[in-house]
Amino acid sequence: MGRRASIFNIVSVTLGLAFLYLPIVILVIYSFNGSRLVTVWGGWSLTWYRALLSDRAMIDAAWTSLRIAALSASAATVLGTCAAVALTRLGRFRGRLLFSGMVYAPLVMPEVITGLSLLLLFVALDVDRGFWTISIAHTTLTMCFVTVIVQSRLVSFDRSLEEAAMDLGCPPLKTFLTVTLPLILPAIAAGWMLAFSLSLDDLVIASFTTGPGATTLPIRIYSEVRLGVKPEINAVCTIMIAVVAVATVVASLASKRGAVRRERAGA
Amino acid sequence: MIQNQRAKRSWSARLVLLIPYLWLALFFLAPFLIVLKISLSQTAIAQPPYVPVLEWAAGWAGLKAFFAALSADNYAMLGSDWLYPVSYLKSLEVAALSTAILLAVGYPLAYGIARSPRRLQPVLVMLVILPFWTSFLIRVYAWINILQRDGLLNDVLLRLHIVDTPVAWLSSDTAIYIGMVYSYLPFMVLPLYAALEKMDESLLEAAADLGCPRGRAFWLVTLPLSLPGVAAGMLLCFIPIAGEFVIPDLLGGSQTVMIGQTLWMEFFANKDWPVASAIAVALLGLLLVPMLFYERMQQRSLEGGR
Repeated sequence: MGRRASIFNIVSVTLGLAFLYLPIVILVIYSFNGSRLVTVWGGWSLTWYRALLSDRAMIDAAWTSLRIAALSASAATVLGTCAAVALTRLGRFRGRLLFSGMVYAPLVMPEVITGLSLLLLFVALDVDRGFWTISIAHTTLTMCFVTVIVQSRLVSFDRSLEEAAMDLGCPPLKTFLTVTLPLILPAIAAGWMLAFSLSLDDLVIASFTTGPGATTLPIRIYSEVRLGVKPEINAVCTIMIAVVAVATVVASLASKRGAVRRERAGA
Repeated sequence: MIQNQRAKRSWSARLVLLIPYLWLALFFLAPFLIVLKISLSQTAIAQPPYVPVLEWAAGWAGLKAFFAALSADNYAMLGSDWLYPVSYLKSLEVAALSTAILLAVGYPLAYGIARSPRRLQPVLVMLVILPFWTSFLIRVYAWINILQRDGLLNDVLLRLHIVDTPVAWLSSDTAIYIGMVYSYLPFMVLPLYAALEKMDESLLEAAADLGCPRGRAFWLVTLPLSLPGVAAGMLLCFIPIAGEFVIPDLLGGSQTVMIGQTLWMEFFANKDWPVASAIAVALLGLLLVPMLFYERMQQRSLEGGR
C-alpha cells in the first residue's frame, strides 16, 4: 500500500490546520487596521504599533516578563535536567515514586491549584511577593516540562557510548560531561525554549504569586482584554507571534544543521 | 548491575537527585500541605486572613490548640451552598464534552498527518505544535475578535444572509467550547499521531489481503492500536480543562461559572482563603484518579525503556 494521500486525509489535515491558523492570521491582519473599530477596515496602518511605543506600562510589563522568563527558564533547565538524569540513570532509590510523582504532576495540575498553593506558601514563609516569587513559581512549573523532554532523549539514545567510556576508566561525572551532555544538548536547548515560552505565557500562576510592582505582560494584557478588544492588544500579540515564529524557524534550522553535521561525523 | 551502580554512586550523583528533589518538596509538595491546612481553617480579619495560625513559640500546648481549632466547616459549606456543586458539575460537563469534541476533531487530523507522505510529516507536526508556542492568552483573545457582536463571524454570516440579526456568540457556552477545542487541539493530536505513526502498516496490508474492507480494517486494526494515544490525549485534555480559568472567564457568560472561576473569585474578590483552599482540595480530589492514570502512563512511556 503506497502512501497515496486520500481525499479524506487531505481534507481533514487542511481543515484542521485552517482551524488552528485562521484566528491567528485574522488577529495579525487586524493589528494593521487603521480604524479603531474591529469590523471596519480603515486601510493598512502602523498606528497601533506607534501607540504601543508610547505605552510605558506595556513596555515595562514586557521587560518584567522577559526577565522572569529568562531567569526561570535557566533555573528550570538546570533543575529539570538533573531530575531527568536522576530518573533515567540512578536506577532505584528511596522515595523514587514520590519523586517521579512530583515531577509529572505539575504537567497536568490545574493552574489555579498550583498558583493558590504557591501563594499560600509564600504567605506562610512571609516573603515579599513580586519578581522573585513569580520566578520561583515559574521555575517549579516549567522544570517538569524540561525533565520530560530531556528524559525522552536520555531514554532513546545509545547507552553503549556511556558504557564504553566508563569501561575505559572514565569517571561517571566526566562521562556525563563529555559524552552524555553533548548528546542531550539539543533536548536541553528545546527544554529551555519551552520553559521560556511557558513562563512568558502564564497568566494564572503569575496572578497568584505577584505582588505590588511586578506586572507581567499576560497580567497587563488580561486586564486590558477584560475591558474589550483593543487594537493595541492586537499589535502586542502580533509582535509576540512574530518573535515565536522567528525563534522556531531559527531553532529548527539550527537543529537541522546539527543533524547534518552529526551525520557527516558519523559517515 | 544495580548493586554495582549503587555502590559507585558518588556525591555528584547524590547532588543531581537531591537538588531537584528538595526544590519540588519545598515548592510543590509543601504548598499542598499548606492548602490542606488552610482549607480546615476559618476566615479572619487578620494578616494572614485566617485562623488558627500555628504558634511555634507556644510549644506543645500551641500545637494542641492548633489542631483543636481545625474544622471541616468549609467543606460542609461547599456542600450546602448550591453555587459550588453547580460549578463542579459544570466543570465536569465542559471537560467531558470538550474532550469528546476534541477527540472527534483531533482524530481525523492526526490520522491524516500519520498517513501523509513521510517527508511531509515533520512539517505537519511542526504546524500543529507551532500555535502551542504562541501565548495561550493570545489564542483565546483572537477568538474575541472573531466572536464578538460586531466581530468577523457575524459580519460574514450577515453578508451571506445566513442570519438576519447578529448572533451573540461571545459570553455563551458555544464560545467556551470553541475556545477549549482550539486551545487544547495540539494536546489531543500529538499523542494520537504518536500512536498512529508507530503502527505497522503491513497489518493493514494483511487485513486487505485477507479480504477485509478498508472501513472494517480501521475499526478492527487501526482504532484498537491507537487506543493508548486516545487515552493519553483524553487525559491531557480533560484534566486541565476541568480546572480551566482563562477560557471561561474571557469567552463564557456570567451564567456559566466553572470551578476554576469560583476558586479565583473566592480568593481575589471575596478574600476568603480557607474556602478557596477547600475548593482547591475538592477539585484535586475530583482529578486525582485521572491524574494517577496519567502519571502511570508517563512513567511507562518514559521509564519503560530502562
